[in-house]
Formats: sequence, structure tokens, C-alpha cells
Amino acid sequence: MSAIGQGRLVTWRRGHRSVRFSRRSAWVALATCGVVLVLAVVGLMIGDYDVSAGQVLAALGGGGTDPLASYFVTEIRLPRVVAAILVGIALGVAGSLFQMVSGNPLGSPDILGFTTGAATGALIQIIVVGGDTDAVALGALVGGLLTAALVQVLVRPHGLTGTRLVLVGIGVGSTLGAINTLLVAEASLVAAQTAAQWLAGSLNTVLWPRTTMLAVAVAVLSACAVTIARALHLLPLGDDTARAVGVPAQRIRTSAVVIAVAMVSVATAVTGPIAFVALAAPQVARRLAGTPTPGIVGPALTGALLVLGSDLIAQRLLAPTELAVGVVTGALGGIYLIVLLAVDWRKR
Amino acid sequence: MGDGLTARTSRRWTVLVVAAVIMVVAVLLSLSVGSNRLPVTEVWDLLLHPDGSTESAAIHGQRLPRTAVAVAVGAALGLAGALMQSLTRNPLADPGILGINAGASLTVVLAVAVTGLTGIWFYLWFAFAGAAVTSVGVYLLAGTGRHSATPARLALAGVAVSAALVAITQTVILADQQAFNEFRLWVAGSLEGRGWTELSAITPFLLVGLVIAVLIGPALNALGLGDETGRALGVRVPWTRSLAMVAVTLLCGAATAAVGPIAFVGLAVPMLTRAAVGHDLRWMTPLCLLLGASWLLVADTLARVVTAQEVAAGVIAALLGGPVFVAVVRRRKVPAL
Repeated sequence: MSAIGQGRLVTWRRGHRSVRFSRRSAWVALATCGVVLVLAVVGLMIGDYDVSAGQVLAALGGGGTDPLASYFVTEIRLPRVVAAILVGIALGVAGSLFQMVSGNPLGSPDILGFTTGAATGALIQIIVVGGDTDAVALGALVGGLLTAALVQVLVRPHGLTGTRLVLVGIGVGSTLGAINTLLVAEASLVAAQTAAQWLAGSLNTVLWPRTTMLAVAVAVLSACAVTIARALHLLPLGDDTARAVGVPAQRIRTSAVVIAVAMVSVATAVTGPIAFVALAAPQVARRLAGTPTPGIVGPALTGALLVLGSDLIAQRLLAPTELAVGVVTGALGGIYLIVLLAVDWRKR
Repeated sequence: MGDGLTARTSRRWTVLVVAAVIMVVAVLLSLSVGSNRLPVTEVWDLLLHPDGSTESAAIHGQRLPRTAVAVAVGAALGLAGALMQSLTRNPLADPGILGINAGASLTVVLAVAVTGLTGIWFYLWFAFAGAAVTSVGVYLLAGTGRHSATPARLALAGVAVSAALVAITQTVILADQQAFNEFRLWVAGSLEGRGWTELSAITPFLLVGLVIAVLIGPALNALGLGDETGRALGVRVPWTRSLAMVAVTLLCGAATAAVGPIAFVGLAVPMLTRAAVGHDLRWMTPLCLLLGASWLLVADTLARVVTAQEVAAGVIAALLGGPVFVAVVRRRKVPAL
């Protein structure tokens, strides 16, 4: 199924394991990596204190001559750039998993309200409990999972597919969004400022401790995603066929949803809700690579590219005022969604 | 047959009377609830005999005009929702969900950013332009391709369009924080500080919208049976459609200009109304006006008391309306995209 129409395929074997991919998707992945690296260096260079590319490389190597430049690069900008890449990977992979499970490009965590639910969980931690960063991450995770469970119950007996799922998710998301606003209004002034800033979806205040936490979580969850990706490709053939080749369809679906919600939640916990990346990254990756399903690696890289690029725009568009990256992805993603719908509907 | 019709008519009258009573209660609640809570009897006394006290000033100076704005805007949104739902034969049509209110607010925000002018008279025209352009745009998007605009497509197109519009609106506001300090409440859909100025500005437009709605009610009823049947019954289809769009634009544009974008009132109110009196727009129109006004009054009253500091009424409206949206979607058969 996934091999149809991919052009020339390359197979790597090592013992019992093999990896198969098309040349085009390999080139696309390499090119995306390159652009991400370039954007990362640009992200390290620009800011209120401009640093040259040479100074950036020197600072990264630990041999910077300008202590102020080294400080800005390694302590302020590097964690932000790394966090942007990690958040992009998490959102891209999560979106891809959801879209493969629901068989619908609109079956993304941001459309379905899971991102908003994760935000609700995190806000309850920030405002009501007053928890630390770990507690906020846990709150986001619980909020996201509960929202996923709620949506699943509400669309019963139809399952996590189809238009009904999307519309129910939109309704749940709107309601949770209103609850989030109420929570912020209820908070004390200091907590409300933290919460409001966080709710806009921003990388402005991300430093190393949170980036490190994010890195560990994204690494573990990405590994889980890769292990079930191959089984997910079989789902469009139908549950019976999948079972016949040894894939327990329902269990794979559930694990995919749990992994995806976890990825959205850790990303949301660090930056706040960032709209539309989970929706757009898999679709962009699929079109670039020319494959029928998005896969895992492509959406991860595309997601990193989208978040990093949007964050640069957010920083510089109205400088010195910094926009929240979520606002930029919201505008870009909303426009992309309009195009996606128009193109999709024109064909039918 | 005759008895059945009479029973139905008397039931409809009962519903109307109950709705009127609900609205009166909502009005009194809105007048008595606030930072200084007054008993309803005292509110009544002060309404009839203003005595110059602080309480009297609060009621006549702040709560009465605010309540009047809530009544006008809520009624307008309820009626606009009913018109849109009849026009598109689509239970998910709502000025908020279809992005029309978001379009109206973006044009207003852009106009303020470019010219620096403020004031309801200035907002109105831009809100109308934004509402008209967005509704046409969402329709064109949803009607792309061979299929017509299905309910699900319209809702999705509206969500996509309003997501983009809201993000752009936020960017514009962040770009010029000074100019928009007062504006931030407006963007969330708030009735705080709204009063006679806004009301007198929007009332003529709302009345024109209402008159159009009443006049085309029978024609829209006939169109509800399908375009072919409607034409056979003597309805001029394009003319009726265009007039309905004009009415929706006037109602939504004026409402948004006065208080900012408010979602879900236009969704939930017509749905409840239809459950109570059926699809006949001649009965739906008065009931939507009453229930729309009550819905927004309740939302605004709750907005004043649920949290320590006041929240925007639009937030409460979404909180009340979101579950209704989910309920509609769950019950109906949703055609594939």
C-alpha cells in the first residue's frame, strides 16, 4: 500500500531488519534538514544583540571571544531554537499519527480540541494548584488524555473517523477554550500574566531546563511512534486484513492516539498551545515526498521547519515587539487549511 | 384536523408567552446583579422612581443601557442564526461558526489600525463590509467543486476562515498595543461599558434587518421545501436569497460593531426554537428574538459574577453554546465531506 506510487525505492537491510524508502522522500528529508539548520543558525544570530555567523559557531564550539555574544547564543537563543525544533517534531509526529488513525487530514489534535484540553490541564496546574514546571507538564498530559477520552465517548459508536469526529472535536474545543479564558480571568494577577502569556503559545521565555525535559520526552515518544508506524500503514486495508497479517488493529489505534496525545501535551506544556502545526506538517510532508501517507520522519522535519520559521517571523515581524509563535502558526495554518479544503473539495 | 391546528397554535402561543416571561426575568436579573447586588423589588422601584442615590445611578447609568444593548444584540444574533439556518437548510449555520463575526472584527481592527479613528459610527460600516465579504467567501469556499455547500463543509470552511482571521486580528492588535488597549475587551465580545451610544447607532440597522426578515419569512419557508418547490410556489429564489443575506449582514455586522464577535448564540437559539415551535419562520422569528435576548442577557449576567473579575460575555456564550453544538452534531446524520 505505502509502496504504491513512490517512484524508485531503496531498501537497506541489516540482519532481520530492513528500512525501505523512496529516493524522493530521502532527498526531501535531507533538504528539509538543511533548511532547518540554516534557520537555526539565523535564529542564533538575530535578536536585540546581533551576533555574526562566525561568532555563533565559535560560541557553540566553546571558544567565543565575546562573552556577551557567547552568553546570548548558548544560554538564551540556543534553548529557544532547540525547543522550537523539538516542539515542531512533537507536533508533526502527533499530527501524522492522528491523521493516519482517523484517515482524515482534519483529524488533527488542534482541530479536535486535544491541544485546548492539554492547555486546560496545564492552566489548572498553573492557576488553581500553583504547581511547578513538571506538574504543569503532567497537567497538560492528563488534560489532553481526558479530552481525547471525552471526544471518543461523544462520537461513539462511530469511532475516531469521519466528519462527525471533526465537528464534535470543534465543539469540545470551543467549550474548553471558553473554560481556559475563565480560568485565566479567575487567576491572581501574577498567575494570570504567566497564564495569558503561556496561552498565546510562545517560545519567548524558554530556557534550558524546560528544553532538556522536552528533549527526553520527545526522544522517547518518537521512538514509540516509529515502532508502531509500520502497523499503522496497514490500517487503511481494513481491520480484518490487518489482523490477518498479525496487526491487532484496535490496539495499534489506541496506542497511536495515546502516544500522539502525549506528544501534543509535552509540547503544549512547554510553549502553550501552538495552532495548526500538527494539522499542516503531515500534509505538507506528504505532498513534498509524494507519498500516500505522511509517515513519521517527514512530518517531524516539516513540523520543526514550521515552528522554527514561524518563531523567527514572530520575533522579527514587529520587532522589538515579540509576537507569540502560536499567532503566526495560527495565521499561516488557517490560510493553509483554507487552501487544503478548497483543493480537496475541487477534486470531488 | 382543525382541532389539531388549533391545539398546535395554542401551544405555540404558550411557548411565546413563556419565552417572554423568561426574558423579563433575565432583564431583571441583569439589572440587579453586579458588583453591588440589589434585590429585584428595589430594582423595580428605582426603575420607576429614580431617586439620585448611588444604586439608582448604577441602574440608570450603567445597567439599564447595558441590558438594552444585550437585548438588542442577542435578539439580532438569534434571528440572524435562524435566517442563516433556513437559508442554507443547515443546522450548523451560525454567524460565529461561519466566521462572519471574525470577518467583521478584522475589518474593524484594520480600520482602527490604519486610521486611528474609533467610535461606533466608524466601526459599523467596516463591520458590515467585513461581514458581507466573509459570508460570501465562506460560501464560495464551501461550494468549491461539484457538490453544493453541505452543512459539514460550511462549518469547516467557517472554522478555517475564522482561525486565520482571528490570528491576523491578534497580530494587528499586538502591533499597536496603545491604540488597542480599550479594544481588547471588544475582541472577546464584551458588553462592559456599552450603552445608549452604541444602541442608538445600531438600532436603525437592526430594525431594517428585522423588517426584511419578517417580509421574506414566508418565501424562506417555501424555499425550505427545496428550490424547485419554492419556485413552483412563486418564490423568486435569487431575490429572496439576496435579501436574506442582506438581513444577515445587517444583523451580524451591527451586533459585532456594538459588542465584538459573539459565537454560538445564533446556533443554539434557533435550534431550541425549532424544537419548540417547528420550522415556520413566522413563529420562529418572534421566539428567536425573545430567546436570543434572554441567552445573551444570561451570558452577560453570568460573566459579571462567575469569577472575581468580570469576563467577556462572549466567553460565557461559547461555554453555554459549545455543548449545544456538540449535541446537534451527535444527533444528526453528518454527510461525508
